[in-house]
Amino acid sequence: MAHFFSFAKTALKNLFSKPATTAYPDAPVDYPARSRGHIDIDIDQCISCSLCVRNCPTECLAVDKNAGTWTINRFDCIVCGYCTVNCPKHCLKVVKGYQQPGPEKKAVTYQKSPEVMAAEKAKKAALAKKKAEALKKAQAAKEAQAQQKEGD
Amino acid sequence: MARKHKRNIVPFGPQHPVLPEPIHLDLVLDDEKVVGVIPSVGFIHRGLEGLVEKWDFKEMVYVAERTCGICSFQHGMGYCEAVEQIMNIEVPPRAKYLRTIWGETSRLHSHLLWLGLMADAFGFESLFYQCWRIREKILDLIELSTGGRVIFSVNQIGGVLKDMDAEMLKHFLDVLAEVETEVREIQKTFMLDYTVQSRTVGVGVMTKRQIHACGSVGPFARASGFKVDMRKLGYEAYPDLDFEPVISNDGDCYARCDVRIREIFQSIDLIRQAAAKIPDGELAIKVKGNPDGECFARIEQPRGEAIYYVRGTGKKFVNRMRIRTPTFANLPGLCEMLKNADYADVPLMILTIDPCISCTER
Repeated sequence: MAHFFSFAKTALKNLFSKPATTAYPDAPVDYPARSRGHIDIDIDQCISCSLCVRNCPTECLAVDKNAGTWTINRFDCIVCGYCTVNCPKHCLKVVKGYQQPGPEKKAVTYQKSPEVMAAEKAKKAALAKKKAEALKKAQAAKEAQAQQKEGD
Repeated sequence: MARKHKRNIVPFGPQHPVLPEPIHLDLVLDDEKVVGVIPSVGFIHRGLEGLVEKWDFKEMVYVAERTCGICSFQHGMGYCEAVEQIMNIEVPPRAKYLRTIWGETSRLHSHLLWLGLMADAFGFESLFYQCWRIREKILDLIELSTGGRVIFSVNQIGGVLKDMDAEMLKHFLDVLAEVETEVREIQKTFMLDYTVQSRTVGVGVMTKRQIHACGSVGPFARASGFKVDMRKLGYEAYPDLDFEPVISNDGDCYARCDVRIREIFQSIDLIRQAAAKIPDGELAIKVKGNPDGECFARIEQPRGEAIYYVRGTGKKFVNRMRIRTPTFANLPGLCEMLKNADYADVPLMILTIDPCISCTER
């Protein structure tokens, strides 16, 4: 059987209740902890492996190993979070806060701190030195073996 | 002297207040009666299926879920299902339950969106806002658990990326209890109101035989008494849950509205069952190798059955991906339904198939 005024109760209730909307932007929004706002990086933990660059579906990332930089174009990023899944050092994470609009697509570059760069350089030099020494040692052993063979 | 009737062709769409997305229909009118419909699509083709050449099979999950804004989760899940079947991957039980919960949540938000659009189509704006106000609570739940309101991005080949703890599940159930009460309130207006009934009862009747002949799917088919629901095939956690497809026998706009409202209550019940039975365990298993073989995966989206075809050749990039969406299957049924309809009822009848043109064109 058809009813009349079936919506009247809801309409009256709405008339005397608070609005369902908020006065954004005057009233700030409380985003949940998992909100996919933007990608953040702990740049000093980054090893510049470029796995994030290779796996990014929108090609919005760039890594310069020598300069120690990580660049993101936030206007191209779709915050799918696939770079965070692939990061071996877990230095990338998805955090709250959406990208503000702007007149042009700007990229943001993160630079490793001089201390980390110096430590990385020293580590690299130590590794190269160790490698050279090992190579020298192996060559000397090889030569000694050859001499012994000749002596026999 | 008898009046001579002249047939006219009236263009409908692609821009029309009732259409959220562009589809063009040429309506052949004899006076105020529609005697023929010529549909044309292709306004928003994006070539998503062709992207399989560019992105590897794991990255394609993110592309697949961007096929549609409403059933985004279910698109990603359907693609994952197809690849997992090719690679013989057994998804952990907890991941299956989580996928089921998120899948049903997306059905809730899709049906509430449709109810709002339906109310707007017959000119009941306050009812439209009520539906979307309730839907907002569902969107908040989605944002709380996945981080996104529209694009979930929680699926991966072999499982899911995010977990839901007991506290979050309890919050889900509390909010869903509120939603249930509110939907019961607006259900009265949709089902019993005299004005609403005058627009929906007996409009756009499709018989079971017509539905079968046109190959229609989803709530559109179930409203004509066609008991077809892909969830009964037993993918994800559905075999463990107790439910029966919601059907109606009238086949008119009123029956389609009724089926969708009852499906809202069914989805809430399914989430309750899944939350009670969810087992502990890991979220995903590590995937090794590349897909080699082909597979059809069939899933039940809010709008009906969607089919995913994936063919891999043992390489990182799959050879072919094809999606057949529910709206694509419902278009012949729509053209059949519009024949002999009144011109004034056309917008409402188009809306009752819940058209999603972005899905259809991919």
